[in-house]
Amino acid sequence: MSITDAPAKTLRLLRFNRVQRAAHWANATLFFILIFTAIPLYFGSFFGVVLPRHLIEQIHLWTGLSLALPVIISLVGPWGEAMRQDVRRINFWTRDELEWLRTAGKSPLDADKFNPGQKLNAIFVGASIPVMLVTGSMLQWFRFFPVSIRSGATFVHDIFAWLIFIVVVGHIIMALTHREALRSIFGGRVTESWAKRHAGRWLKEQRQRELTIEGVPKT
Amino acid sequence: MSSESSGVDSESPQKRINVGRRVFLGVTVLGALGVAFGNSAQNVLGSVFGSGIAGLLPGGDRFRIYSITGSYPKISRKRYRLEVSGLVDRPTTFTMDDLEAMPKTSFTKTFQCVTGWRVPDVQWEGVQLADILKHVGVQPGAVAVSFDSYDHSDTESLTLDQAHLPDVIVAYSMLGAPVTTEHGGPVRLYVAPMFGYKSLKWLSGIRVVDRVEPGFWEQNGYPTNGWLDGTTGPTNPDPGLT
Repeated sequence: MSITDAPAKTLRLLRFNRVQRAAHWANATLFFILIFTAIPLYFGSFFGVVLPRHLIEQIHLWTGLSLALPVIISLVGPWGEAMRQDVRRINFWTRDELEWLRTAGKSPLDADKFNPGQKLNAIFVGASIPVMLVTGSMLQWFRFFPVSIRSGATFVHDIFAWLIFIVVVGHIIMALTHREALRSIFGGRVTESWAKRHAGRWLKEQRQRELTIEGVPKT
Repeated sequence: MSSESSGVDSESPQKRINVGRRVFLGVTVLGALGVAFGNSAQNVLGSVFGSGIAGLLPGGDRFRIYSITGSYPKISRKRYRLEVSGLVDRPTTFTMDDLEAMPKTSFTKTFQCVTGWRVPDVQWEGVQLADILKHVGVQPGAVAVSFDSYDHSDTESLTLDQAHLPDVIVAYSMLGAPVTTEHGGPVRLYVAPMFGYKSLKWLSGIRVVDRVEPGFWEQNGYPTNGWLDGTTGPTNPDPGLT
């Protein structure tokens, strides 16, 4: 059986390997803890309902300090090849992708593994992590900074918290309305028919790779 | 991230643009600018829109409610008592009515937390601590004043000189209304020239003592004298700030 006539309904293409799935869920867990502990810290009136403020603060602090770990660990080791490759995909855009983003998805696009919206989401979240880490640390170890800088750090930490919250909610809505893509962050694989619709260029690439590297298709 | 040889699709006819690096730099630079100028930006927003509207925007003018114990002590107006004791001629227990019958002081000041957030133009109303001390009669040998809270955990202290500053008040009104429970009501301390942690909430007792007893936050590393200009001496070198 040749690769091109493999059943379109089989979950054949590996979109996220084990390392990526683990990194995603570790990252998601940390973000959720951060958001849930941020709510009582920001809206004072909620606190004390479940946990004392001091404890909520400590959970928020330590979760925040470890936020970058899943991303870093999944990228650095010999296990991180797929992750590194996806970071390159996310970073490097074609003119078509820029155009697609500019026209909010109306211009034609032979989509990569991730569409420009997904790429932008990933870049923004990736860039927010150091911003939150630095401003959060400034709030925790405020003694080393003049008061106006502390106020600036509070301002940035608050605004980015809102932006991240909006982006995360958008991410979840997109996931829940795109079930097959969602399934791949649990099981790792997608069908060819999905790839044809959502990631045409990636599908071609995968086929090419299987033909040239492995010679024979996997079953 | 800096490598142009993406290796992903080298035979692609289209040139690749490193959007990732640009967006990443853009976001982090925005963050840095916000840290450097966010304080002034908030001031501008506050003066353009007024603190009421600025308070609705993320980041600006919002109280972060702190409590040490994890819950708020709820004391009704009727049951509230302020006990003044220690090195005084006439130890006195004040009721709400007693406090409200005393000469009233009101002013509008920025509430500034030591960690950076602040709320401008907060209206305060209450009794000058100096008036209360005068009422009970401070004995010779007294050096400082200690404060206790109905949360049974927070404590604070001021030197006698600091306690006599005109903008150090026992406040029963804040933001144009009786002090709410979460803000430390029905009665709290407000030490205008110092950071917020000095303004003890749910004030239950004032003790005139013969030495400065560092309060809860001071025992946890904050300066005993938390002047808003960042100095930590017993007297404020720049009293104009208050």
